[in-house]
Amino acid sequence: MASATTITAEREHYLNADYGMRSWFFTTDHKRIALLYLISITFFFFIGGFFALLIRLELLTPQGDLVQADTYNKLFSMHGQVMIFFFLIPAVPAVLGNFLIPMMIGAKDLAFPRINLLSWYLFIIGGGLMLYTILTGGVDTGWTFYVPLSTAYLGTHVVLAAVSIFIAGFSSILTGLNFIVTIHRMRAPGMTWGRMPLFLWSNYATAIIQVLGTPVLAISLSLVGLERLFHLGVFNPQLGGDPLLFQHLFWFYSHPAVYIMILPGMGVVSEVIPCFSRKRVFGYEFVALASIGIAVLGFLVWAHHMFVAGISVYSAMVFSFFSYLVAVPSAIKVFNWTATMYKGKIYYSTPMLYAMGFIGLFTMGGMTGLFLAALGVDVHVTDTYFIVAHFHYIMVGGMVMAYLAGLHFWWPKISGRMYPEAWGKLAAMTIFIGFNLTFFPQFILGWTGMPRRYHAYPPEFQVLNVLSTAGSTVLAVGYLLPMVYFLWSLRYGKEAGDNPWGAAGLEWKTASPPPTYNFEETPVVTWEAYNYEELPKEVPVVG
Amino acid sequence: MFPNFPIWPVRAATSASNLDALFIFLLCVTGMVTLLIFILITVFALRYRRTLVEKSTPILGSVALETTWSLVPFGIFLIFFVWGAVIYFQERTAPADSMEIYVVAKQWMWKLEHADGQREINELHVPVDRDVKLIMTSQDVIHSFFVPAFRLKQDVLPGRYTTLWFHAIRPGTYHLFCAEYCGTQHSGMIGSIVVMNPAAYEAWLSGGGGEGSLASTGQKLFQQLGCGSCHRSDTQGRGPNLVGMFGKPVLLEDGRTVVADENYVRESILNPGAKIVAGFKNIMPSFQGVVNEEQLLSLIAYVKSLQGSQQREPVSNRPAVPNVSAQPRVK
Amino acid sequence: MSDSSEALATHELRHHFENMEQQRGASSMGMWVFLITEIMFFGGMFMAYLTYRYEYFTAWQEGSQHMDFWIGTINTAVLICSSLTMVLAVLAIQQGRRRLTSIMLAVTICFAIAFLVLKGIEYHGHWLAHEFPGSAFHFNGIDPRHVEMFFVLYFVMTGFHALHVVIGIGLVSTVLYMNERGHFSADYHNPIENVGLYWHFVDLVWIYLYPLLYLIGHRHVG
Repeated sequence: MASATTITAEREHYLNADYGMRSWFFTTDHKRIALLYLISITFFFFIGGFFALLIRLELLTPQGDLVQADTYNKLFSMHGQVMIFFFLIPAVPAVLGNFLIPMMIGAKDLAFPRINLLSWYLFIIGGGLMLYTILTGGVDTGWTFYVPLSTAYLGTHVVLAAVSIFIAGFSSILTGLNFIVTIHRMRAPGMTWGRMPLFLWSNYATAIIQVLGTPVLAISLSLVGLERLFHLGVFNPQLGGDPLLFQHLFWFYSHPAVYIMILPGMGVVSEVIPCFSRKRVFGYEFVALASIGIAVLGFLVWAHHMFVAGISVYSAMVFSFFSYLVAVPSAIKVFNWTATMYKGKIYYSTPMLYAMGFIGLFTMGGMTGLFLAALGVDVHVTDTYFIVAHFHYIMVGGMVMAYLAGLHFWWPKISGRMYPEAWGKLAAMTIFIGFNLTFFPQFILGWTGMPRRYHAYPPEFQVLNVLSTAGSTVLAVGYLLPMVYFLWSLRYGKEAGDNPWGAAGLEWKTASPPPTYNFEETPVVTWEAYNYEELPKEVPVVG
Repeated sequence: MFPNFPIWPVRAATSASNLDALFIFLLCVTGMVTLLIFILITVFALRYRRTLVEKSTPILGSVALETTWSLVPFGIFLIFFVWGAVIYFQERTAPADSMEIYVVAKQWMWKLEHADGQREINELHVPVDRDVKLIMTSQDVIHSFFVPAFRLKQDVLPGRYTTLWFHAIRPGTYHLFCAEYCGTQHSGMIGSIVVMNPAAYEAWLSGGGGEGSLASTGQKLFQQLGCGSCHRSDTQGRGPNLVGMFGKPVLLEDGRTVVADENYVRESILNPGAKIVAGFKNIMPSFQGVVNEEQLLSLIAYVKSLQGSQQREPVSNRPAVPNVSAQPRVK
Repeated sequence: MSDSSEALATHELRHHFENMEQQRGASSMGMWVFLITEIMFFGGMFMAYLTYRYEYFTAWQEGSQHMDFWIGTINTAVLICSSLTMVLAVLAIQQGRRRLTSIMLAVTICFAIAFLVLKGIEYHGHWLAHEFPGSAFHFNGIDPRHVEMFFVLYFVMTGFHALHVVIGIGLVSTVLYMNERGHFSADYHNPIENVGLYWHFVDLVWIYLYPLLYLIGHRHVG
């Protein structure tokens, strides 16, 4: 690849095209908006992570001796709400998706740049309200807001928290809307659906879920807020309501939400693995369709969160069946990624380490999902640490690692600089080890009966809790490292050049950092995705 | 195994043994697959690392492989599904002659009442080798009755009854946890299930509960509240005859048919206008605010005990089945 | 005429689009996708309504009989007329008839305001009859708790619908203003079409609400 210039400071690109607060806070450039999101969600990640550390510290001892019961309940509630709504849901789509989708399809921007900016402002307003909630006493509903607890029995800022999430939900809906229209209407000439990188397929599937599912969360939270404010009886049995109706409405969104969280991560892995195996993804069509399959089937399984809630035996069986069905496309993806590595040429660069870690940990998390879909097993382990371990394996072991894989992979494109590779590898391994130490013991804790959301617990559970807390300190260090070296790289990192990885994809055909309008001229695409057999054999920057 | 470091919960009921078999099967299968993936990735990463390989081999895909690794896992999933569903169905279908115990959950304690009138707080004494069915409701928010040693859990809801049944096989004391987050003292809402040998259980039973059986308490309340003035046991009453009604289908004014279970009786007392029996008028007053959850349960127990001349499943196997004229158990 | 409208059109082309056709396609598609999210939003409320209707059949009949049949029916007619005028506005601008477009948009707004006024009168009537849920609720018929639930859903559903009508008035006013400023022509009028789509959707939601709320228990209807 011919690189544009060697010294980024001399060339105009999206970072130096304009200066000043106004150029950032009123930008419509999808790349700048992506960076605004990057800073915001990193901030919330550390807030959520801080709560997690406090939780783990409390759980070092069986007694509730670090914080009071009410405080502990607030800690796990806000940890969940912040991590889910203000970190995981936006992470890959709003940061990497925003930055890359126009570039990957050969467009100058998303379909609706101003709506993109509005999306970020909504996120900030929602996040600001959540911060205010946290600072003025917090909320202790659990991230699930079950009724009638949250509508009639708690004195904390329930409505405020619900409003903050409602607003953040609109941010998510608008991002999804933008992506759908962009991918449909703004692909460069020659970029057929069958030539799109899988990252686009994943984000497209994610966007469908965001658009269809999030409004139902909006109405669920609205009804909770109205019930609480006006003492209505929509869900409260004492006033004639049905608490299970809330659960149905809530989980109708919140189950697909987990696919909003994981699908983009899968998209990242689908980019990283081929690049560092120097090989096309095995079974491209199957991986692409699997993303759509997950999105569609994901809407049919919500009541598997309610197997012991009081639903009928027959509907439970239906949901169990569909839950097994939705596992199939995820399995297909794992097998395809693994098969991609077969007879490839493997580089151990940091993004690849994270991607391989993702496959392993996502597989473990997914396997435990098979346990949960079995009705009899779920009866025992639901509402215990088994569930906590299951979703952290997928969300943290899977999604966060995929996000880090993506950040490292596209950091050169975003910043024009390389991060220090040795530190990258060290952080990846620290995170992998710390993660397993933290969360594997929790499977055992759950299976032996330790319930979740417990401030204090019977003493026989202490050993595994101590192990888990020890792991979390290692994990915390692992997360701090990239913070430090990414910032360091902005000033001292090696210049990256257009395509340090020798990767396929339109985004690598333009400079790093890219110019504001991405491409000098609209590209015309005549090749298939992941055409690694045509690209240089060597990855220029060796990993 | 290690008393201070359990890695497997105790098996104290038939439901536990049933489930453990499925769990072990799942462990084996998923363990093997996970190991396979880990090994493949490791092997590929090592065998095909860049220093060993000149060039990658382009492989587009294989429909045969895709079909295989879609259908074979799905086939295995179906085994998990059926096995899990069978266990679940059994767990949610209580045997007809189970001994019934009533549970009222509230923030933050468990209140239990045996049919004989024995009351317990946060502790449940049950005999070994008997089918026991819990009929549960909450006074406030959603709780969940969880006994790891039985591998059983059931959410306990306000405004309705949910049930859980078990057959304990091993005397001992086992954890009872609340498993649905319910506010401040959620983690303090714990207790014990005490499974006793028959002799010990008899001894325990005769040691307390001087108020009489639940059904007899209900009968007293029934008379006190004047229910009998409309609900007569002949056809002259302004309200339906309750004898032999429990557990049978009821035809309503609007044409629907419902089964007269615990939830129906409860609703009929608190909100009689919701379901009017065919042929009767909507004149029954509501007892919302007049009776609490425990009183409701005693009324239900009483209504259940009204067998009349029709032969039905007895309330429990115990010889001293509470009926209208029996002596309550005394110390 | 066509030269200046072409110049207008080019002037309206946003920088990230290749051509007007792409912009128009994206803009329409965006509105359709947004309306799908609105279907899901109202869908949640409809699900709640249908669930409770199944569980509390008699209360639902009873509640429906306490609806103001005539205001509901007139309002339905009002909204359908407003959709008609909206369609006429779009037709007019497709023919480049700006004045007629403005008139039709203005009439649409008038109908919308009429709808809201009637709704307000209706709500006030319910308030006076102690049918407003919460501490002021008082009902002398059967199953009052579940009749209150009916009214909760009535107010929530029609309330959110009315909110969308208000937003619609804002949107129609905006394109009316833009039309008066000469932004639209036969070649370029995509925003009016999009607002039209939104408006028809709001009307459609009402067409579902009306029978479910007003007609199901009503004695006059067979």
